[in-house]
Amino acid sequence: MANIMIRKGETGDLVFYLPKKDLEEAILSLEFNSPERWGGELKLADGQSYYIEPLDAEPKLPISLRAKRM
Amino acid sequence: MTNLTREETEALIQEVVAVYPEKLKKDRLKHLAVNDQEVEQSKKCITSNRKSAPGVMTIRGCAYAGSKGVVWGPIKDMIHISHGPVGCGQYSRAGRRNYYVGTTGVNTFGTMNFTSDFQEKDIVFGGDKKLAKIMNEIEELFPLNKGITVQSECPIGLIGDDIEAVSKKANAEIGKPVVPVRCEGFRGVSQSLGHHIANDAVRDWVLGNRDNDDSFESTPYDVSIIGDYNIGGDAWSSRTLLEEMGLRVVAQWSGDGTLSEMELTPKVKLNLLHCYRSMNYISRHMEEKYGIPWVEYNFFGPTKIAESLRKIASFFDDTIKEGAERVIQHYQSEYEAVIAKYRPRLEGKRVMLYVGGLRPRHVIGAYEDLGMEVVGTGYEFAHNDDYDRTIKEMGNATLLYDDVTGHEFEEFVKRVKPDLIGSGIKEKYIFQKMGIPFRQMHSWDYSGPYHGYDGFAIFARDMDMTLNNPCWGKLKAPWKKSEDSSSEAATA
Repeated sequence: MANIMIRKGETGDLVFYLPKKDLEEAILSLEFNSPERWGGELKLADGQSYYIEPLDAEPKLPISLRAKRM
Repeated sequence: MTNLTREETEALIQEVVAVYPEKLKKDRLKHLAVNDQEVEQSKKCITSNRKSAPGVMTIRGCAYAGSKGVVWGPIKDMIHISHGPVGCGQYSRAGRRNYYVGTTGVNTFGTMNFTSDFQEKDIVFGGDKKLAKIMNEIEELFPLNKGITVQSECPIGLIGDDIEAVSKKANAEIGKPVVPVRCEGFRGVSQSLGHHIANDAVRDWVLGNRDNDDSFESTPYDVSIIGDYNIGGDAWSSRTLLEEMGLRVVAQWSGDGTLSEMELTPKVKLNLLHCYRSMNYISRHMEEKYGIPWVEYNFFGPTKIAESLRKIASFFDDTIKEGAERVIQHYQSEYEAVIAKYRPRLEGKRVMLYVGGLRPRHVIGAYEDLGMEVVGTGYEFAHNDDYDRTIKEMGNATLLYDDVTGHEFEEFVKRVKPDLIGSGIKEKYIFQKMGIPFRQMHSWDYSGPYHGYDGFAIFARDMDMTLNNPCWGKLKAPWKKSEDSSSEAATA
């Protein structure tokens, strides 16, 4: 489990940030991305994927979360 | 000399590391790379933020340097106690030229050294009592201080002093913020962790101080300058541009900055981040907690300044956008005159850089505006995200070196033969004795400011002054001159 932060990038896409590794990467896809359910597996532009516990509502970004590497 | 090709540069790297033992060679090769703009991610070509190898020279600092020297030190109206033996504070005192306004020793304390001067008995019995006593003394002698920070040196962590408890108690007694910073020098691999620790201390002990206080009258155009340390007046020459375009600069972090500016930063509308490496942590935190967006900018050289001013203006309404255009227009004749004067003297010259923080990529634009080319660059303490940002700025087949060793840097210079080197004081005299023009780019070689349009004029003058100085041709010892030049001297 690692602490990560998800924020909106300059172009409006989601950006994944892992402070421990200074990894700043675009998020290509998010498993659940709807107002009722948000989170799940996320795929990064560099091929890695992480899992975040789905939230009940779309959060206000940026948000710090715990993520598991898949 | 023409530039090296990709293959030649790769061969050069191999040649330079050939003297190392096998294990070190393998390790160092990961830190040296030939730039390839195609690469999206720096981690594929260069490793950074790793422990320096023992036995080779590195010019890195420590966590204490990152916290006391960089982030906290320039906060002028607070007193920063170098907690531990006297040397750390004394030998780094006032060396960074963070200019500020105020009366030193009365209401500002930037260039002074406050230390708990640890002796043997403090190591044996602990220094907490001494620290508490120092704080009372400070309060008595310098009543206009706005707060105290405790910057730990190595022994504090080793002997396990509880500086947090002392700080909390002192805070209750004197009624001013007292910030314990756990920036012992042995933490991390370079000063970079010190920046992070200092940012976290700001977050935990300062930033939320005015969360429930709405007395500050804000405007829609409030911004703060984050990560500008006012070296030689840099933040001032940046600030004038921002104010001219209609923004209100509420806080300067941390060059010429004050405690109350830091406390007011959560009220601004946009954080302008200059040194990404040392202050991105706090910007990310403010974005999450207070919803303040942040934007990186670059105030070196007219091209990048115009780009940055427009980028900053895009976060605001039309009056600011017009303001940005007006500022660019206003200074156009000025910077064009600078370029017209110096470009012919500097055109085509090649530069190698090795600095820290933001400069290895930020100054590239300024050199290019003067017709110069950066053929090698590297950081002391960067992380992957810095190299991500650097790869796009650098030309193809140029050298990238992370935490370069003394041997590597000298060998690279001998082969690449740059016309100018920009690095720190520890490299300065080596390269000057080798007959290569050198600028100390950490504190602008006692010149500056280099930020903004005003700074660009000084930057151009300094580069010309160094590069075209007649002394460089006279550095060869008489007995090393070739035969014909000595016979010429004999006939003359």
